[in-house]
Amino acid sequence: MARRLTPWRWAVLGLAALYFLVPLAASVIFTVDVPGQGVTFDAYTKILSTTGFTSSLLLSLELAVATIAVVLLLMVPAVVALRLGAPKLRPVVEVVCSLPLVVPPIAFVAGIVTVLKWGPEHLSRTPLFETFVVIQNENFPVVLVLAYVVMALPFVYRALDAGLRAIDVRTLVEAARSCGASWPQALVRAVLPNLRGALLNATFLTLALVLGEFTVSHLLGYEPFAVWIYNVGGSQAQMSVAVSVLSLLVTWALLLALAGAGGRSRTASSRG
Amino acid sequence: MTAALPRADVAPVASAKRRRRAPGWLAVVPLLVFTAIAFGLPALAILDGAFTVKDQTTGATSYTVQNLSTSLQGPYLTALIGSVKLSAISAGLGALLGLPLAQAVVSSRSRALREAVLTASGVLANFGGVPLAFAFVATLGNAGVLTMHLGLKDSGWNLYSFWGLVLVYLYFLIPLMVLTITPALDGLRVQWREAALNNGATGVQYWRHVALPVLAPSLLGGLVLLFGSAFAAYATAAAMVGSAVPLVTLQIADALSGNVLVGQENVALALSLDMVLVAGLVMAVYLPLQRRSARWLDA
Repeated sequence: MARRLTPWRWAVLGLAALYFLVPLAASVIFTVDVPGQGVTFDAYTKILSTTGFTSSLLLSLELAVATIAVVLLLMVPAVVALRLGAPKLRPVVEVVCSLPLVVPPIAFVAGIVTVLKWGPEHLSRTPLFETFVVIQNENFPVVLVLAYVVMALPFVYRALDAGLRAIDVRTLVEAARSCGASWPQALVRAVLPNLRGALLNATFLTLALVLGEFTVSHLLGYEPFAVWIYNVGGSQAQMSVAVSVLSLLVTWALLLALAGAGGRSRTASSRG
Repeated sequence: MTAALPRADVAPVASAKRRRRAPGWLAVVPLLVFTAIAFGLPALAILDGAFTVKDQTTGATSYTVQNLSTSLQGPYLTALIGSVKLSAISAGLGALLGLPLAQAVVSSRSRALREAVLTASGVLANFGGVPLAFAFVATLGNAGVLTMHLGLKDSGWNLYSFWGLVLVYLYFLIPLMVLTITPALDGLRVQWREAALNNGATGVQYWRHVALPVLAPSLLGGLVLLFGSAFAAYATAAAMVGSAVPLVTLQIADALSGNVLVGQENVALALSLDMVLVAGLVMAVYLPLQRRSARWLDA
């Protein structure tokens, strides 16, 4: 199996490239080649000054950071523990982490809307009501972070599980423990470095999920980036497409930056 | 688990084992508590609301199956069937097109190509939603670049249709398939192929009798995952076709935002429950399959 690219492979890759690149190229052409005006970059130059651009983008990024932090703090100890000390809990966690796939976002948000209504209806005299108010804070809707963490669970679980499958955690930890490391030390200094590829994958997926999320935030009435694009699209076709192109580039850049930060680890986690 | 220790084993070993086990389930508890609250409560709310009817005049609530039967009639049923059909067709096409692409990448053994395609897939698999809809509107919509330059309108092309949605959905389903199936393709040992070829098998025979049976669970799992992903998609359809194509997600959103009738929220919850049941069936197929594929590829 030497390195070879047969014509068959070139055809497959070529067709794929065509399908995936044409809409992007056409979008760019659409935004700069305005009928009746010739080539103009107005659609792009106007974006920054449009109301809501900066605030919605910042909101999306803040939500993403919070979601990634929470989901990794919940998941990493759990999946490592499943490999080491609690294999019996494995089916439980597997099912729990797959359940969000069973409830589509639109159904999930229907449930959240209903729960949030309990606040004013039943709990207005209890301290719990304060919690309901706080998590719906307009400036930083914690309720979105909660929803996003749930939605990210299946992807994060799969990424981490795949990463753990590639390394022998038990031996790693036993070696670290024999050398006198405490449990946290073994986890942080022996297991996590070997999981860098999986951790980055999980981070990628969560980041992309949060930056592009529309359903939940739209129906709960918040305006992160995707909702803002949707709202702009109603009035200005050129600009909405321009922002769509930019949003892809922004996501791409963020992912590449993350990949660059952990580039060397990929080789470690992939099969030799 | 390694070999079981005999019961009469010396005490220190036993206590060491116990100490080793303790952090195990403790580390899982926060995850379970979190999902019980953030996921369990909304799930209960759907279940409760789907079976509840509130009398408009007296304000009294009672448990019935009225919402559910409403959700399986008329336009709601049309929407449900439309969603299932759209998801099934786009998932099938996505799996069929994603597999050769993933295989081309895996077998090329070029690290740069592999990295590029997998990173791109990671981005594109999540490039659903509003931006994707707008990109395709700019490309193949009524005033889209390709529509104009190729004169597609005269040949009857319409992006805001069932097949238009399929074409758009494939844009994130194919990369999703590539991401799903690549680990399984990586798990195919070179030795298996060599063994098959040494025994006189042709490439086609190797695929039919060795590779595909080993891949089958992963393939089916990917197919089902694609179905679920297309079934749940809302943003793309909302931004692109509005209500031109009947879909259950669009119906729920309409009912939730009170666009239809007051008091339809519980029908929205019943529709949500319908969706959960369909998606539940899908997962009931997916999870055992994933376990089966893991058995082969884990070794």
